[in-house]
Amino acid sequence: KFVSRMITHMFRKASCFSPGLRRFSGLKVTEHVPESPASPRLTEQASLYVHWPYCLRRCTYCNFNKYISKENNEDIMAKCLQRETETLLQLSQVSCITSVFFGGGTPSLAHPSTIAKILETVSKQVNLSDEAEVTLEVNPTPVGMSKLKDYHHVGVNRFSIGIQSLQDKDLKSLGRDHNSLDALQTLAEARKLCPGGVSVDIMFGRPNQTTDLWSRELSEMLRVCDDHVSLYQLTLERGTQLFKQVQSGQVTMPTEEITAEMYQCARTTLQQHGFQQYEVSNFAKNVKSRHNLSYWKGKQYIGVGPGAHGRFVPLGEGGVTREARTQTLEPDVWIHEVRQRGHGTRRRIQLGHLELLEEVLVMGMRMTKGVNHKHWELFSPELSLLEIFGGSLAVQELLQNGLLILDDRGLRCSWDGLALLDSMLPVLLVELDRIFSPKTGS
Amino acid sequence: MSKFPVDKIRNFCIIAHIDHGKSTLADRLLEMTGAIAKTEKNKQVLDKLQVERERGITVKAQTASLFYSHDGQDYLLNLIDTPGHVDFSYEVSRSLSACQGVLLIIDANQGIQAQTVANFYLAFEAQLAIIPVINKIDLKNANPERVESQIEKVFDIPREECIRISAKLGTNVEAVLQAVVERIPHPGGSVDDPFKALVFDSNFDHYRGVVANIAVIGGRVKKGDKIVSAHLSKTYEVNELGLLRPEEHATQKLYADGQVGYIIAGMKDVKEAQIGDTLYCLERPVQALPGFKPAKAMVFAGMYPMDQSEYPALRSAIERLTLNDSSVTVQRDSSLALGAGWRLGFLGLLHMEVFNQRLEQEYNASVIVTSPTVPYKAILSSAKLIKSRRGVQKSVVYIDEQRVMLKYLFPLNEIVVDFYDLLKSMSSGYASFDYENADYQAADLIKMDILLNGRPVEELTTIVHRERAYSMGKAMCERLKESIPRQMFEIAIQAAIGSKVIARETVKAFRKNVLAKCYGGDITRKMKLLKRQAEGKKKMRRIGNVDVPKDAFISVLKRKEK
Repeated sequence: KFVSRMITHMFRKASCFSPGLRRFSGLKVTEHVPESPASPRLTEQASLYVHWPYCLRRCTYCNFNKYISKENNEDIMAKCLQRETETLLQLSQVSCITSVFFGGGTPSLAHPSTIAKILETVSKQVNLSDEAEVTLEVNPTPVGMSKLKDYHHVGVNRFSIGIQSLQDKDLKSLGRDHNSLDALQTLAEARKLCPGGVSVDIMFGRPNQTTDLWSRELSEMLRVCDDHVSLYQLTLERGTQLFKQVQSGQVTMPTEEITAEMYQCARTTLQQHGFQQYEVSNFAKNVKSRHNLSYWKGKQYIGVGPGAHGRFVPLGEGGVTREARTQTLEPDVWIHEVRQRGHGTRRRIQLGHLELLEEVLVMGMRMTKGVNHKHWELFSPELSLLEIFGGSLAVQELLQNGLLILDDRGLRCSWDGLALLDSMLPVLLVELDRIFSPKTGS
Repeated sequence: MSKFPVDKIRNFCIIAHIDHGKSTLADRLLEMTGAIAKTEKNKQVLDKLQVERERGITVKAQTASLFYSHDGQDYLLNLIDTPGHVDFSYEVSRSLSACQGVLLIIDANQGIQAQTVANFYLAFEAQLAIIPVINKIDLKNANPERVESQIEKVFDIPREECIRISAKLGTNVEAVLQAVVERIPHPGGSVDDPFKALVFDSNFDHYRGVVANIAVIGGRVKKGDKIVSAHLSKTYEVNELGLLRPEEHATQKLYADGQVGYIIAGMKDVKEAQIGDTLYCLERPVQALPGFKPAKAMVFAGMYPMDQSEYPALRSAIERLTLNDSSVTVQRDSSLALGAGWRLGFLGLLHMEVFNQRLEQEYNASVIVTSPTVPYKAILSSAKLIKSRRGVQKSVVYIDEQRVMLKYLFPLNEIVVDFYDLLKSMSSGYASFDYENADYQAADLIKMDILLNGRPVEELTTIVHRERAYSMGKAMCERLKESIPRQMFEIAIQAAIGSKVIARETVKAFRKNVLAKCYGGDITRKMKLLKRQAEGKKKMRRIGNVDVPKDAFISVLKRKEK
């Protein structure tokens, strides 16, 4: 057994180094060897998230970690991103980066050369295959559009365009700095450069929106979209301008009944247009976003840049447990820290066995395929999904009500259940806790 | 020091309506007689308890012995500070039995108020010398003339006897001291009489045991003497005794000459030093002093720990607190919703609030307080219950051109929660209020159930007067609606009497409950929220198909916040 494991291990290592061999990774070698989160299978690879924190303006609903840059910090930020990438790659000891995602802020404000430099830093240190998914979030302004070609040239092979809406009035009141025409033009250009590799962000639940208007708008959008759609509900967050507007009565949001209707209607419409829902908010015709999938599948990810989040085992300093890591939020402070010690990690929390399983469960259930048995076994070799959830009365109820499905494939939500996922997760977490928590016996 | 002829001793109290300046005057007297140094910090020195200082009220009676020179003669003045609040009238009457006179303080602007009257009668019944003192003459709206007229009219005391002062500024306070010497008789009782003392307060000291505050009515007592408590007929040996200046000053003996001081005699429980009790010498038994009544609880509240795991801690906190307050009655109780707890009886709402505050401040205990319940006597008979009217007018007395005193008979239930507050707000604070217990009366009470999706929730069943049923039921349903989280189906909350539904609220079902996005792998906040919900779910009670958090029970059962 040991020998076969060794061979498999070498095989994988080898395949990571040579792009050619990688094509054979379709060959699946299945084993039933119990593994821990520090096992090579999980720690050899990671996806990379890079945060570009700057925006030209702040949309009324946004509470992300973003900043309007006062001076031109481009160069320093670029350098620091490279530096932190280097440091964290080293720390994680991964041999392979499976996907890169440039998020923000507005990454399409960064110079294409910055993107190039960061990608270069990655490929210098680890294997970044030609087939790795490299996504850049794009704000569909004319400026953004003009840079798409260059981005593509330096290695971006997927664009995620924040269209949100095709209603110019709405775009304005949401504080967006583009109109529908800009958006459509950007979309078209992106599709030319990366056919099949363009994702569109759409937002519903906007002030004064009705289900009818929404339905029509969505159909219109789907006619021009590419192969991937991310659907998001506008949520009120404290501290945003929109929140204040709602509080003062200037703006009214659609009621909960209506947004629930909009969501269900969208799911159906997308399905009718050939988009398959594979996650709560994500729909694809063919290729799903590999990057996002790695989150939901509990894979490692490295977060670089102010406020970025990561989940990986710091093998480089002898670590054996996966850590939840957050980088310092404020760009100026982050820059300072990166210059000082190579990275600006603000928080690191070791994830115990239970906590890791909780994350795997919560993230995995967001996928329509849910958590399958094999996947669960990677993280919980001792106890299967059936053993953990099969006996619970509360879970039985959910199964009987047709919201949850537990079968030979795994645990997942039904069509109806997916919309109520957050009501069901606490029930599941209670069961998980019951079994894995040290102080059992309630 | 301990040898003061009896004719040079004066025992007196200060009595007044709340906030008329009792404690300020006490401070001034202490300063003027050198008992405490004259500094800024002498604000209400006698209010030792933190909660008293915070709320500006006196809860426990304290005592100080003052030395005063008048006309070349030295006098020993024993000042007993008393609580001014309506709840503590029993403490006041106890203190009075140790005195021969009182300073009755009246605010120069407010004039005679409810407690002024109540306290006056207490002193009058005890046949004490009453010195009317008009305070706060320094304030702009002071009208001492009018107050003097009131005093003449209501109390029949000639206006010449009134002393006008400002305790805050010290104006004319010297005249008060003189009046105490001149107008209050010295205590009776001779040193040769058999020892007899009144217990008017007690404290518990962890190292020394019970410290009883006594007034020597006759005879004398010294260290080593064997004394007996009339109430319990238990014998003790005197370990230590002395004067209060206001701190303790140990002495060898205490004399009859009306001396007031403290005594430590090996008692383990404050209930052994019952307020109003008589102490006498073992060899020479005497008649117990009249007027001893155990304190009667008027307001009850349920107290429960936040979590059953905190029960032992709360139990010891309550034990320690009641060590020093024998007027709190304690009874173990349990609630279906909240687990094991207690039913505590207090002299009044303020007493209860002060107790709570002390629990939280001094013992760091977090407590759930349920609505005070008044004692009901259930009549198990098929006889028809007499319908009662809620308030029955008994008498009307006009105090002066501007004010009138009204006496009503109320069911205790009606006044015990918020009557006082409403009265105050309706009368812009002018109305004042005092009450005494007038026995049980039959009333039209019914049992009201609370149902969730048709299932009754036992813990929330209440007994309520028929006329209040609707408003109470509606309020309970509303509170439940606010505290039961939404679930995947609708929840019908109903209040019912028998099979008749009298109030209803609905908690809507979720139609969508899933977080739209998890940008950039930032799931920390969501995980925290979900885990908190999971923890909460574990603690919920399942009633039918509804998950009810403990907070829901608490919000329905606890006292309304002001």
